[in-house]
Amino acid sequence: MTAQTESPFTDILGEARRRWENLTTGDRPWIRVGTGLAGEAAGGFEVLAAVNSALERQQVAANVSEVGTLGLCFAEPLLDVQMPNGSRVFYSQVTPELAERIVREHVAGGNPLVEHAIGYLGEPTQGPAGISNLQDHPMMALQQRIALRNAGNIDPSDLYQYIANGGYSALNKALTEMSPGDTLGEVRTSGLRGRGGAAFPAGVKWGFLAGNPDPNKYILCNCEEGDPGAFNDRGILESDPATVVEGITIAGYACNANRGYIFIRHGHNQPIDRTRAVIQQAYDLGLLGQNILGTDFSFDVEVALTGDSYVSGEETALMEAIEGKRSMPRFRPPFPAQVGVFGKPSNINNVKTLAYVPEIVARGGDWFASIGTPPDPDNRINGSSGTAILCLSGDIKYTGLIEVPLGMTLRQVLFDMAGGVPNGKSMKLLQTGGPLGGVLSASDANLDLVLDFDVFRAAGAILGSGGIIVADEDTCVVDLTRNLIAFCQYESCGKCFPCRMGMSHLLEVLERISNLEGTEEDLALMRNIGENMQAGSLCGHGQLGFNPVSSALRYFGHEFDAHIREKRHTGDCPDQVFSPRLTRR
Amino acid sequence: MDDATLQLIDRAVNDQLQSTVTVLSSLLAVEDAIGYIPTEAVDAVSVRMDVTVNDVWAVATFYPNFRFDPPTDLRVEVCWGPSCHVMGATAVISAAQEALGLSDEGDTPDGKATLRYNTCLGACAHAPVMAINHHLAGRITPDNARSKISQALTSAPAH
Ligand SMILES: Cc1cc2nc3c(=O)[nH]c(=O)nc-3n(C[C@H](O)[C@H](O)[C@H](O)COP(=O)(O)O)c2cc1C
Ligand code: SF4
Ligand code: FES
Ligand code: FES
Repeated sequence: MTAQTESPFTDILGEARRRWENLTTGDRPWIRVGTGLAGEAAGGFEVLAAVNSALERQQVAANVSEVGTLGLCFAEPLLDVQMPNGSRVFYSQVTPELAERIVREHVAGGNPLVEHAIGYLGEPTQGPAGISNLQDHPMMALQQRIALRNAGNIDPSDLYQYIANGGYSALNKALTEMSPGDTLGEVRTSGLRGRGGAAFPAGVKWGFLAGNPDPNKYILCNCEEGDPGAFNDRGILESDPATVVEGITIAGYACNANRGYIFIRHGHNQPIDRTRAVIQQAYDLGLLGQNILGTDFSFDVEVALTGDSYVSGEETALMEAIEGKRSMPRFRPPFPAQVGVFGKPSNINNVKTLAYVPEIVARGGDWFASIGTPPDPDNRINGSSGTAILCLSGDIKYTGLIEVPLGMTLRQVLFDMAGGVPNGKSMKLLQTGGPLGGVLSASDANLDLVLDFDVFRAAGAILGSGGIIVADEDTCVVDLTRNLIAFCQYESCGKCFPCRMGMSHLLEVLERISNLEGTEEDLALMRNIGENMQAGSLCGHGQLGFNPVSSALRYFGHEFDAHIREKRHTGDCPDQVFSPRLTRR
Repeated sequence: MDDATLQLIDRAVNDQLQSTVTVLSSLLAVEDAIGYIPTEAVDAVSVRMDVTVNDVWAVATFYPNFRFDPPTDLRVEVCWGPSCHVMGATAVISAAQEALGLSDEGDTPDGKATLRYNTCLGACAHAPVMAINHHLAGRITPDNARSKISQALTSAPAH
């Protein structure tokens, strides 16, 4: 490492702070509009257009930024106004008409529209009269935001805003004060477990790559995120991609790797465009490329896109897709740390895993390890440190993206924070960890489960990537199981016979049962198919692909019985059976 | 095929900005540029990547997002992922089919519109979700699916 009296980072930080100061305390109001995927679906771009045209027509000067998601997706389109030296006042479910009024009365007139405000955030601690602190909203109050610390607060396409809020101090610290081994040590100490599904300790995995002497090594960041019901990876990349870019760069330093890919499914423009924007700025500022911050460390990052394929999120299929091929999993061994993408040693991590890394390095591994659940070896609980980044959707009052300490119970998340099931209905089940995670009944015992990777596994569910779909009492389990298996059939890559045929066959049987044409033998038949898939499949898709059926039978076997024996429906589900099929050729 | 389209294909395949250029990245670039993968594009990719046309077809046919004939003017996507399913996607899908006069995904007989099923459009918090020409719309009911589609049909540019 070159000895440097003053790191070039000092200048970058100075410029970032000057710009931030100007934005927040200058003489112009600052308007932020949520235009992430949920914001878009709720009409965020229409609101943005209305704000811009109102400012122009009314001749009002203000800064306008698109931001990602604050996580309160239910409240989108979300718009907030920060007057010079004032707190941010948030408006929920904004329409273009309301946006126009907000510009006139609040931005130009200085009077917040109290009746439309959902809350205020930030200094001064006393917000405008009549508006409550958004931090007290149930969906915000219990959060501990590490990976989501900037989400919804900064312009995700502006690297200076990230830096002004503490960004890149971790990389600067690692490069100037720590050896690669020290950096890896912090991640080991943190106990960080992978957030892509398998919860493998990140520090251990990095160690495999660090130990490989090959001069060309890759760090791959997995944002395939094909699991329906999960939107946290894209949520992070559309809200604060820089934390992932910094995280992958630190991983590169710790593992002595020289290239990184951030792998995203095509067609999701906010995560793709915003990630590309900050990568470009990082190059411009010397935070990527040759001799980062004037040191000997060089690292390149680019975005790689895939077509529609859930299985391309599997680590070896992902490498095939980056190489531009059909994304079918490879045989292991050799493992990625020996032979990865383009034949070179590689390490794969999920977006969330890498998003934590800057804060772990900045605050120390011990700090991260102090959050979460302790190990309990007698019960095969290894301990889960840090937070869970959860996506709440389905029959729940407040849908959205939240970050809470591991160790919180499902009940706290679903009732205290998310407000339970609307319309006075009861909660029937949860679908967690993507379709392969199957279903979990919303029994008292299950609602008392704490968020912990091993506790969930012991209960037969997967915390995995953090998607939680809530279903109320009207939901038909047979029908939902059919839907999940239809997904598994649709996404089977076709490489192995037990998975390709098994999924199709399971789907046929489930359709039969849904149509009240199932027989007693069908249950045994499904179990037989499931056993074959588990034993004879190459990747997790086939190995875990029977989970939706086995978990549904475990908790709701009586509903299958009613369909099969009594020829009776048990929920209000549409009579039409809809399951698209696909055979990948 | 007209020269303008050929030129678009050529540019998509040969002027990619990122440093890792592959068969898949080239096909995605063509799809972005013209909305489908004609045989001319397969040829161009095979030349650019120095692989056989079979190798290119193998990749193109694996990913269901690629289509091989020109796109229609109106692309309607409806999500059937479990969040949307729980929130009533089946009825939305039926309504979309009805509004387009289709009984499954595919192009309308008059070639004006396309219906596609999607496993997750990424806005699950606003389920059920649909997308019209790549613009997401959430909390869709069968009624507003019908009205959004008929509105889009009348405002779609004529061929
Ligand atoms: C069928 C299948 C799909 C997967 N999809 C994803 C995905 O979309 N995103 C992801 O991070 N991991 C996914 N995984 C897990 C990856 O193989 C890998 O374990 C993970 O990216 C490693 O990251 P982590 O150690 O940070 O968890 C998938 C696995 C399987 C078997
Ligand atoms: S288990 Fe299924 S998805 Fe995985 S490699 Fe085999 S066929 Fe493909
Ligand atoms: S298939 Fe749903 S109640 Fe029978
Ligand atoms: S499941 Fe429909 S948008 Fe995700």
